[in-house]
Amino acid sequence: MIEVQNIHKSFGANKVLQGITGKFKPGVTNLIIGGSGSGKTTLLKCMIGLHKPEEGNVLYDGREFTNMSFEERIEIRKEIGMLFQGSALFDSMTVEENIMFPLNMFTDQPRAEKLERVNFCLERVNLEGKNKLFPAELSGGMKKRVGIARAIAMNPKYLFVDEPNSGLDPKTSIVIDELIKELTEEYNTTTIVVTHDMNSVMGIGDYILFLHQGKKFWEGSNKEIAHTDIEELNDFVFASRFMKAAKKNF
Amino acid sequence: MNFTNFGKYILLLKAVFRRPEKFSIYMKAIFQQMNFIGVGSLGLISIISTFIGAVMTLQIAFQLVSDFIPRTIIGSVTRDSSILELSPTISAIVLAGKIGSAISSEIGTMRVTEQIDALEIMGINSPGYLILPKILAGITMVPVLVIFAMMLSIIGGFFGGTLSGAISAADYIQGITTDFNPYTIVVALVKAFVFGFIITSVPAYEGFYVQGGALEVAQASTRAVVVSCISILACDYIVTQLLL
Repeated sequence: MIEVQNIHKSFGANKVLQGITGKFKPGVTNLIIGGSGSGKTTLLKCMIGLHKPEEGNVLYDGREFTNMSFEERIEIRKEIGMLFQGSALFDSMTVEENIMFPLNMFTDQPRAEKLERVNFCLERVNLEGKNKLFPAELSGGMKKRVGIARAIAMNPKYLFVDEPNSGLDPKTSIVIDELIKELTEEYNTTTIVVTHDMNSVMGIGDYILFLHQGKKFWEGSNKEIAHTDIEELNDFVFASRFMKAAKKNF
Repeated sequence: MNFTNFGKYILLLKAVFRRPEKFSIYMKAIFQQMNFIGVGSLGLISIISTFIGAVMTLQIAFQLVSDFIPRTIIGSVTRDSSILELSPTISAIVLAGKIGSAISSEIGTMRVTEQIDALEIMGINSPGYLILPKILAGITMVPVLVIFAMMLSIIGGFFGGTLSGAISAADYIQGITTDFNPYTIVVALVKAFVFGFIITSVPAYEGFYVQGGALEVAQASTRAVVVSCISILACDYIVTQLLL
């Protein structure tokens, strides 16, 4: 379980996060949602240690992460997998080398064993046989899937996903969402997805934390989200005419 | 570089020299970088050094027109200028353009495409993994390139001088072998070592802290070359002052 306690983060005079608190459980898909500039990516970066919050703590199964030294963090980071918005695959490496990279760095397994793990991960994301392709030869959806394969290569306890559907067509988005949900349930990972995609919210949002102007406005599940009276949340979720019309049927 | 940048540069270097996660992977990266910096630059350095040697011999011959000065002096001056100044400094400035811009844009692109964040999340010391192999390759291969540059510059001087008739082959060979002080080689190699460090670390710093997109990466690349060149010239003066 990952817990965030009273997180505050500013950039100059701009208070991006103001006292965010939340608990993200394992085995369910946790979503952080909010409009552009609401602070969701900043919260994610505070959670994984790319930003240091001015106040507050992040706990990984009770282990206080925020104030750890670089060396202490390494142990927790080995348990983290992350899919970045742009996939962040290493351009100079093939698909196989990308997925094998964390295994090369942190394990002493023989090459055959590592290759077996790579092939398993590729199979898991339906990309069997794409080992020797370079990132530049992949489509957006394939890059995301390779990113997921790399993220799960080390059997992570915690999986972070930043905007998994950005730049993807609706059909591929659903494939990626379902893959994230399957992996979460199968390996009981604590999965946190930052998104503003309403298909994801309705499709895989077991727990949703809604941020607005750097504050936590609402938390609940995708089943509850349609029945709230919070104006800011309704404005965000049911912004389009289609969603407004669909709300009547919820 | 202002003081804030210099402080950040020192802190980055501190992170670069942390204990590597796995030596075998770092060794592989070091050899790749040695190939890129050393072998990849050999052609360019050879052409530049040969022509600089040739041109220098012609200019010295043009300036030393006197019956009181022996022609062998042309060879001596070419040799000492090549070894002490032109080979290390010109090579370093050329390499700052070629290698410095490549390092800065490679690391800068990795920064803006979140590849460096990905390394951090995996628990890898990204400055160490990305920059240490480049610095180690730089401080080993730039001196090797400078030794090549010295030889080719002197050989270029021979051909430039003899083919144009500015100096006879015998005078030139006597000039380059008379009163040779091996300490000049030591000075040149110290310079090459320092320049190798600058050529790799300064562009790596510029690339590592890029924020933005393609435009900022390009700006960082330009800044890397400019700062490297100025640093090379400043360090050239300091090393010369200290060692000669």
